[in-house]
Amino acid sequence: MLFASYGFIAFIAVMLAAYYLTPARWQWITLLVGSYVFYAFAGLECFVFILFTTVSAYIISRLIEREIKKENDYVAANRDTISKEERKAYRARAKKKRFHILLWGLFLNFGVLAVLKYSAFAVSNVNSIIALFGAKTLSLPSLIVPMGISFYTFQTMGYLIDVYRAKVTPERNPAKLALFVSFFPQLVQGPISRFSELGAQLTAPHRFNAKTVSFGLQRVLWGYFKKLVIADRVVIAIKTMLDSPEEYRGAYVLLLILLYSIQIYADFTGGIDITVGVAEAMGIKLAENFDRPFSSKSTKEYWRRWHITMGSWFRDYIFMPISVTRPMMKLNKAMAGKFGRVAASKTVAYIATTVTWFVTGLWHGAAWNFIVWGLLNCLVIMISEALEPTYKKFHQRFPRLTESKAYSKFMSVRTFMLMGVIRSLDCYGNVGLTFALWGSMFTLGGLGELLSGGIFELGLAAKDFIIVLVAVLVVYAVSVASVKGSVRERLYGRPVLSACLFGALLIAVIMFGAYGVGYDASQFIYGDRFR
Amino acid sequence: MEKLIEMLTELHPDVDFATAEDLIDDGVLDSLDIVSLVSQIDSEFGVTIPAEEIIPENFNSAEALFALITRLDEE
Repeated sequence: MLFASYGFIAFIAVMLAAYYLTPARWQWITLLVGSYVFYAFAGLECFVFILFTTVSAYIISRLIEREIKKENDYVAANRDTISKEERKAYRARAKKKRFHILLWGLFLNFGVLAVLKYSAFAVSNVNSIIALFGAKTLSLPSLIVPMGISFYTFQTMGYLIDVYRAKVTPERNPAKLALFVSFFPQLVQGPISRFSELGAQLTAPHRFNAKTVSFGLQRVLWGYFKKLVIADRVVIAIKTMLDSPEEYRGAYVLLLILLYSIQIYADFTGGIDITVGVAEAMGIKLAENFDRPFSSKSTKEYWRRWHITMGSWFRDYIFMPISVTRPMMKLNKAMAGKFGRVAASKTVAYIATTVTWFVTGLWHGAAWNFIVWGLLNCLVIMISEALEPTYKKFHQRFPRLTESKAYSKFMSVRTFMLMGVIRSLDCYGNVGLTFALWGSMFTLGGLGELLSGGIFELGLAAKDFIIVLVAVLVVYAVSVASVKGSVRERLYGRPVLSACLFGALLIAVIMFGAYGVGYDASQFIYGDRFR
Repeated sequence: MEKLIEMLTELHPDVDFATAEDLIDDGVLDSLDIVSLVSQIDSEFGVTIPAEEIIPENFNSAEALFALITRLDEE
């Protein structure tokens, strides 16, 4: 069931009614049933995989819990009879044992994800090598990729790692864990929640509260505005250019980068608004996934503000563990003696950053363009890091310039453009072609043609561009206003103004939503990519 | 504690680590500093800081970091 469909809106209405009509202590069961019904629309065969993740996570988490209890009981009973060194050695052995149990959970679940999502990519790469030797190539496997498998696998593995780290107490009721794995609003495109933040909320009773429900629905409406009025309109011009990319070079590439930045922002943040809004209407607060990312002044900052839950997942469960592994610590110490502490730490951090971004690229899609996309982001971050002392000197040398508003805007625009250029690897889907088209931008061929009317031959008329422009300005204005606090909260005390504004928003969605324009208007970019 | 302050000051000589309380939240310490600190703490204090303890609350001040080292040493 797609978010941008009448079916989903009807489903939400039924879910909200059922949720608040259910006695408080059974509400979580309504949520679980609703989540499974929602998932059933994706195909019953997908159930096997989500159930596998749930059952395996339950068993592994309970086994780890048992080991932690054994360890703590032993230490408590022998605290006075064994030395500190013996105690530490015992804890290290116990941790290693539960790490092996955790590995089974990770291996099984990431294994399923790898086979379903990446085997065709792996086979096609093997085929490319085989073909060089003239041997017979292998046939590509055609496997189903269950809806939301990347999201629920990463979320559930985060839970398992937290149990292993003794950061959370494992859920003892398998049905409650099943709800954490399958909570329907976030199944399609995240956010990737932490059990410590979401687990208890899902099963807690929530009484009907008009303000909470109306705030949630307002956020849903805002999401549809971004998705239907902006994203699904600009995608028409993007699609035209991508259908024959060789024809749209030079200035058109720049236009595509700009339009795609607008589309992905409106599409992804709009989808998350719908997700967070639906949860909010049921009294459940999900983690925010965006914090005005396009105002970032550096790539590093951008990645702290875009797809926040994914970034923090990779930081906490990949970057940090790699950085402090024994081999890395040894490398750090060995290098510190020879080249100094800064160089040693930088080397370790750069290795961990490269691995993290390689995996981030792979997570975004089973294709080379995504891997190159990840590694380019990594390269920009590492270059910025290496140039940090130079920037510092520049800032000290020209304080009036670097502290001016104009310089700050320049940094934001620079970051926006840089991220936009790298992001266009998503669109073209072919690394060689993308590089060639980037090169064509410098000639700016086609600028005259574009400005003399070519822009209106991409499937969007002048009025479409005006609608997009006005809508983008509205989104920008709300984004700026939200810096000072919740816009909905400020409107809450002014019911007439609030009703007028949200009424206008609803009318805008109905009147200007890009419906029936001959393409699949309802699919979300991230939902599609992370099935 | 003195040894720790020394370590931190070596990374950022311009910061007063005895009083600073939002080292992570204010962006004083970044991932590079953390990697360096974890390695140095391992060498100097003989305490290994596991990945799960690398959270803002433990690195926001010298005091919090020292409390972490003490706790890990005692566990």
